[in-house]
Amino acid sequence: MSGALGKDLLGLEHLSSDQIRLILDTAEPFKEISERAIKKVPTLRGSTIVNLFFEASTRTRVSFEFAQKRLSADTVNVAAAGSSVSKGETLVDTARNLEAMRIDMVVIRHGASGAAQFLAERIESNVINAGDGTHEHPTQGLLDMLTLRDHFKRLDGLKVCICGDVLHSRVARSNIWGLLKMGATVGVCGPRSLLPNAIDQFGVTVFEHIEDAIQWADALNILRLQLERMQGGYIPSLREYNRVFGVSSERLARAPKDLLILHPGPMNRGVEIDSDVADGPHSVILNQVTNGVAVRMAVLYLLSGGKPELAEAAKGGGGR
Amino acid sequence: MMGRAILLRGGRLVDPSQRLDETGDVLLVDGVVEAVGRVGDVRRDGDAMETIECAGRVVSPGFIDVHCHLREPGREEVETIASGARAAAAGGFTAVCAMPNTDPVTDNQAAVGFIISQAKKAGGARVYPIGAISIGEKGETLAEFGEMVGAGAVAVSDDGMPVASAQLMRTALEYARTFGIPVADHCEEPTLARGGAMNEGLMSARLGLRGIPAEAEEIMAIRDILLARLTGGHIHLCHMSTKGSVELIRWGKERGINVTAEVCPHHLSLTEESVDGYNTNAKMNPPLRTAKDVEALQNGVKDGTIDVIATDHAPHHYDEKEREFADAPNGIIGLETALAVNLTWLVHRDIISVPMLVERMACAPARIFKLPGGTLRRGALADITVFDPDVTWTVDPSRFRSKGRNTPYAGMELRGRVDCTLVDGRIVYRRAE
Amino acid sequence: MPDRQHIVLDARAMDRTLRRMADEIVELNEGTDDLIIVGIQRRGVQLAARIVSSINDRENVEVPSGALDITLYRDDLQTVGPRPVVGPTDLPWAIDGKHVVIVDDVLYTGRTIRAALDELADFGRPRRIALAVLIDRGGRELPIQPDVIGKTVDVGPGQRVDVLVKELDDRDAVIIAETE
Repeated sequence: MSGALGKDLLGLEHLSSDQIRLILDTAEPFKEISERAIKKVPTLRGSTIVNLFFEASTRTRVSFEFAQKRLSADTVNVAAAGSSVSKGETLVDTARNLEAMRIDMVVIRHGASGAAQFLAERIESNVINAGDGTHEHPTQGLLDMLTLRDHFKRLDGLKVCICGDVLHSRVARSNIWGLLKMGATVGVCGPRSLLPNAIDQFGVTVFEHIEDAIQWADALNILRLQLERMQGGYIPSLREYNRVFGVSSERLARAPKDLLILHPGPMNRGVEIDSDVADGPHSVILNQVTNGVAVRMAVLYLLSGGKPELAEAAKGGGGR
Repeated sequence: MMGRAILLRGGRLVDPSQRLDETGDVLLVDGVVEAVGRVGDVRRDGDAMETIECAGRVVSPGFIDVHCHLREPGREEVETIASGARAAAAGGFTAVCAMPNTDPVTDNQAAVGFIISQAKKAGGARVYPIGAISIGEKGETLAEFGEMVGAGAVAVSDDGMPVASAQLMRTALEYARTFGIPVADHCEEPTLARGGAMNEGLMSARLGLRGIPAEAEEIMAIRDILLARLTGGHIHLCHMSTKGSVELIRWGKERGINVTAEVCPHHLSLTEESVDGYNTNAKMNPPLRTAKDVEALQNGVKDGTIDVIATDHAPHHYDEKEREFADAPNGIIGLETALAVNLTWLVHRDIISVPMLVERMACAPARIFKLPGGTLRRGALADITVFDPDVTWTVDPSRFRSKGRNTPYAGMELRGRVDCTLVDGRIVYRRAE
Repeated sequence: MPDRQHIVLDARAMDRTLRRMADEIVELNEGTDDLIIVGIQRRGVQLAARIVSSINDRENVEVPSGALDITLYRDDLQTVGPRPVVGPTDLPWAIDGKHVVIVDDVLYTGRTIRAALDELADFGRPRRIALAVLIDRGGRELPIQPDVIGKTVDVGPGQRVDVLVKELDDRDAVIIAETE
């Protein structure tokens, strides 16, 4: 059954601002649960959730697992082989097998853009996209927005600059869609070889120099720069990237105000972000991690709609 | 005493090769056009002949598809020469040219001969093999053009792969002059295109898919045009897809360079929007581009910058397309939808006339590739297409004669459809009522 | 069109009843030691605040209080439709060994209280849990009884009882309304 979010959470591009707000508001009470001694509510008791991770990821998977367990769901982790082309089961067969086991929800992370949608179209279980190729990573976008909102008490009119390899980043895309929907002003900053050619049509401001971005923004979301980018010839070296684009305390000192610092992790200290910035007073990187569990609990809660057949059977009860 | 005969009566006879466009009859005897004339003027004495009523239909020289993939040898589960030839006939094609990226590659005399003999048994459209430019399509060593032409090849191409080396393309163009055949190139600069899955633009950025910029095609197109100028050879540019390419071809033709070009129906009708939702049935190479490119290609067809419309029919198995977008193979089928797509998007939108369409689908292909047919002159091959330009129908892939089902037009309503296809004066396709 | 309404308690009567309930709670506990008042979202929270204030007037003691949202503990989550909104739970006190008094506006089937008991169990082990409700409308589906009652009300079929508080509804009242 579809709730306010529909059957699946595949991305933020097609969510409305009301839906995004609902998720962020729902995350609030879930934050409190993680502060209790017994960090558990019985809400999803009896639900079976599979974490289907085709790409290794400790932090996202663990975050989802905590979220699931704190809602009393039963979780199973599946670390699957690469893509359909490599040895191993095709995504279609994986989908059918999961469905045959009557699971309630699947959290999928996959290296191919569109893989989450591919799965969602073929099974009835709820599907949550934990990152598909370079397309979207909606729960990351949501927890980033929640963290911004915690600090600034609003998103509307906020100036957020996403720094780094936007071309290859699903985190960047989700952030761009989500922030624009919520009325924030979004900037991106990085070498043009790491920005999509069509970035000027995204409705964001492009900064070619990190100094300009720092002058402009209220907050920076600093993306991890992957070694493969250097090997892929997009930039000459990590050292040069750090010299030209790295967020250092010297650069931040020249800002007109204190910028909030976000990073989806894991960090390459000394490449895109210097250690003293990552560990500094304006870094909310650890808050992001805490909020991640709450946001994921909220998403699981909102997607797990009731089932109409059971509603029929249970008619008559449910009073105060 | 007289041989087998068929009278096609009362249709709109459209033959640009004779500037013919009038209602009339065509008489076919023993596989050859015996007479063409006004209604009632054409008659025959003697033995009974079969009559096909063509009122309300267009009767034209049979369509010739200079670019398709029949998958045999090597991938017979996906298409065979026989199923492909039948699919072609159902699409109104009396002849097709089969690209050599089979398995093994058609890069020698025996392989060409195999295709010829399989085609003879097929009983659908004629199949003319295209031989490879390089052995194995590896882009290193020239294949034996002479031997392949001797066995029946009508052109050479490494289609599927670009010819990355300019030196190899130069040599191919020079060497092909001896045999009077075109060299057909799949224009794709491999380092720019690398692993791209769709057009590079806003759509690819949104979907998180690696894109192929238009420049990847244009760089090779102009390279080939310049090499044709250098060598005096005949370069034929396959499946053009961008506005820039059309402009470059125009530049080449204005300078008298021997360049011809083809475009596919899908690049004349669909844009990258069809990929939205990760639809693998809209994935092909070169990819669907933008509305500006479609418009430029349509204008190119109209003003002759683009000489022919070819299908690039590329069947794939359902399982292969039923996977993550980036991993799905490139290609869509097209033989059985080409006519309808062209009529719907070009003729019925008043961009070109029916005679111009016949020129692009029948006359020009025959002329450029020096194939028999493409005309209704007396004595010409009795390869004829009879089609209804107006009837609407809904595309149902399950009814295709091709083994492939991978089409972006599934479920769409199109206008225009083949009624009857004749090859060598024999009916190879007749639409059931 | 407003439902036909019948006022069971007006603002003054409601205030009188709440003060009497506050007295009974202190009497039940034999004082204010170890007392914690916990209101159930939503309107139980406002009523709990009134009770705490009333006890303060009488005994000059600010009894600790908290708020409990029981949405995540409901037993009908599988069957109810779109996800109900989850309100805040705020229970900053350790409840082990304390006397917790749950405050709610209307007691009906008892399922809300069952959920509240489950949730409190996740916070600790009180010495005693008691239940104070402004209105008992009968119709229990579980063996749950209030220790302190404001008023018992008979509600017919096609009717419901609503407690209004001025913090949320601009006035204080208890009304019976017709439902369609």
